Amino acid sequence: MNQAQTSSFEIVAREDFSDVTYLLEVRHPMLAKAAKAGQFVIVMEHEQGERIPLTIADFDREKGTFTLVIQAVGKTTREMQQNCRVGTSLYAVVGPMGIPSVIAHKKKVVCVGGGLGVAPIFPQARAWKESGAYVIGVLGFRNRGLVFWEDKFRACCDELILCTDDGSAGVKGLVTEGIRLAIEKHPDIEELVAIGPPVMMKGCAEATRPHKIKTMVSLNPVMVDGTGMCGGCRVKIGETVKFACVDGPDFDGHLVDFDDLTARLSRYKPAEKEASARYEESCRIRGDEALAQASASLVDDRPSADA
Amino acid sequence: MAKKKTIRTIPQERTPVREQDPTVRARNFDEVSLGYRLEEALVEAERCLQCADEPCVRGCPVGIDIPGFIQKIAEKHYHGAYDILTDTNLLPSVCGRVCPQENQCEGVCTVGESLEPVAIGRLERFVGDMAIKEGWANIPYIEPNGYRVGIVGAGPAGMACAADMAKAGCEVVVYDALHEPGGVLKYGIPDFRLPNTVIDAEIEKLRRLGIRFECNTLVGRLFTIEQMITEMGFHAVFIGTGAGYPSFMGIPGESLNGVLSANELLTRANLMRARDFPKYDTPLQPGKRVTVIGAGNTAMDAMRVSLRLGAEKVTCVYRRSKTEAPARVEEVHHAEQEGIAFNWLTSPIELIGDASKAVRAMRCVRMELGEPDESGRRRPVTVPGSEFEIETDMVVFAIGTNANPILGQTSKLRLNKRGYIETDDSLATSIAGVYAGGDIVTGAATVIQAMGAGRKAARGMKAYLGLRDTDCVYQPDTDDPSGMRFGIPVEEHNFARIRLR
Repeated sequence: MNQAQTSSFEIVAREDFSDVTYLLEVRHPMLAKAAKAGQFVIVMEHEQGERIPLTIADFDREKGTFTLVIQAVGKTTREMQQNCRVGTSLYAVVGPMGIPSVIAHKKKVVCVGGGLGVAPIFPQARAWKESGAYVIGVLGFRNRGLVFWEDKFRACCDELILCTDDGSAGVKGLVTEGIRLAIEKHPDIEELVAIGPPVMMKGCAEATRPHKIKTMVSLNPVMVDGTGMCGGCRVKIGETVKFACVDGPDFDGHLVDFDDLTARLSRYKPAEKEASARYEESCRIRGDEALAQASASLVDDRPSADA
Repeated sequence: MAKKKTIRTIPQERTPVREQDPTVRARNFDEVSLGYRLEEALVEAERCLQCADEPCVRGCPVGIDIPGFIQKIAEKHYHGAYDILTDTNLLPSVCGRVCPQENQCEGVCTVGESLEPVAIGRLERFVGDMAIKEGWANIPYIEPNGYRVGIVGAGPAGMACAADMAKAGCEVVVYDALHEPGGVLKYGIPDFRLPNTVIDAEIEKLRRLGIRFECNTLVGRLFTIEQMITEMGFHAVFIGTGAGYPSFMGIPGESLNGVLSANELLTRANLMRARDFPKYDTPLQPGKRVTVIGAGNTAMDAMRVSLRLGAEKVTCVYRRSKTEAPARVEEVHHAEQEGIAFNWLTSPIELIGDASKAVRAMRCVRMELGEPDESGRRRPVTVPGSEFEIETDMVVFAIGTNANPILGQTSKLRLNKRGYIETDDSLATSIAGVYAGGDIVTGAATVIQAMGAGRKAARGMKAYLGLRDTDCVYQPDTDDPSGMRFGIPVEEHNFARIRLR
């Protein structure tokens, strides 16, 4: 009893939200028990894979599972999209990592999720709700067809503002439009939490700066070990340099140097491109034309709804 | 023993070890030093005077009976040599390769006073490698004592502590955050210095002692140190997590792309096998002109790895002179052989980027040595007006590490000012039953020092657990005159239940 589970991380459920976004529910009772809002895991799909950090999108202590929502944007995430089926297992999962989000006593908070940040903002919204706060959810999607987890968010948010690029659901515009509406209606917002691509989080921080609303953002830079050992995830916070893996991942959005973050996220772009190209080629060789075409069409795609 | 050897009768020349040719090896990850052949080891073993003084034993952080194991080699009783080594040192293949012998056993060798010292490290490696090749392992019959011991960190400190506690009869579980055990031996030290196959063989021996390795476990976050004691049923815990939080200098341009820590470079290349990209998925943008800051062993590793990854020019920048370089003499020598350019007495002051935020040059300043500082080394001072630039597309910081904050964040362990774990002389921490040793206590040190700390903590833990009982089943039918068996000295026999098969 009570032993860490250190091999065979079985996938117990999978759901595909769109042709790029998919959900994996993974069995790991100890992790499900330990996880708190704002933390992440590092996953290796197979022995020769890379270690990728993914924010925990949900955890169920009773079932002993945790949930990841992944966007297939690079070689690893696309390979996982193809290989991770119910009943298969991940080679390695380590976590929960990072300092949990501080869920202090606040009366009114806004939780903003955009693109790949929609799912990870869910545990925060739920935690805030459980702490007794009035929670306003702001979620950004490209269009109506990509909306997911609306019910889950409605269950833990007192208000939910959907934003779509084309206006096909909720408000037309970016999440910053939703934030503007929320602030207009509620001048007493005490804190805003945002997860999404750097450009989106930067937009959120700029939207709240004039109102002096405390804004926390969750950073997801390039990592290897996730334990503070490699320093690959260092980020500029005001005048200081922090390691997102052990000093974060949550930081004060008004102090984060987002341009630095964006530049550093592109460090391995050429290698990533090469890996993706090779992966497509191998898919083609395997005769899986349909998948290869689908993969190819992703390359020029915008990485997220709000980028 | 036959006639007493004297300095005049022993072979005068230190037996050279065969090495891969520098021009060839600089492009592959195969081991540089090929190790002694049998006949070479026999010649070198003859060089040990078997002096009464035994300064080498005192020079060894774990106190290996060095003349004893060398004598066994000379007698061609290789298994006997292995028995003596493993009495005190669990990993002879590892330590024979990576210990800084010139500052330890070999540095004080009596032969070394008039000739080159006995090549103790090479002999140790010879015996360790022979044991792996022949499949020797000294596995005692261990009577379980019912105590459970948790070890945090599967690096050298944790491995050494685990072995001692397992031999004492405890059920031992070793946790590690990475997906493979070995710690710095795996992620840090490159294959050409310490092949992963050697580490795996040593870890397999630990498994045969009954030690269980649980990887993918970030202690502190998955469960806390306190929970290990209060909920998970561990009677004692050892923390050997290493320092693991690389330092940077705080000069402009450090966040440019192409600037990274030696830990990141080495982890990507060694543990994650980025050198075999794209067969392995982890990328590592190889630099053409790599500049490494620092001159410790990690810096040497980073430079030599860069060379093997295809760099055209690799430059070392160090603010002091070659004499003060903290790396092992052999490592600096190997790096020079392989064509690394050394810029001694040089300090970087700024990293300059191009339009795409990638590093393109390092601005440096020349230094000269002034008065000695608190470390006793002469303090480098800037030479005014000596600024110059080095063209570079990859800058690697290898200037040391700070304390990893995770356990401090998640437990009530008392830390010192610099964030390292505070311990008493027995390596006990501020939490009862919790011990710590290695880099997380002392700051960055060597593999053998970490192993020494792991063993020292094990002694403290055994005393804490009261592993002393009258029902001892030890049978002292050992051929070792000192009575030492499986690393347990004779005076500690009543602390352990060991029975020889």
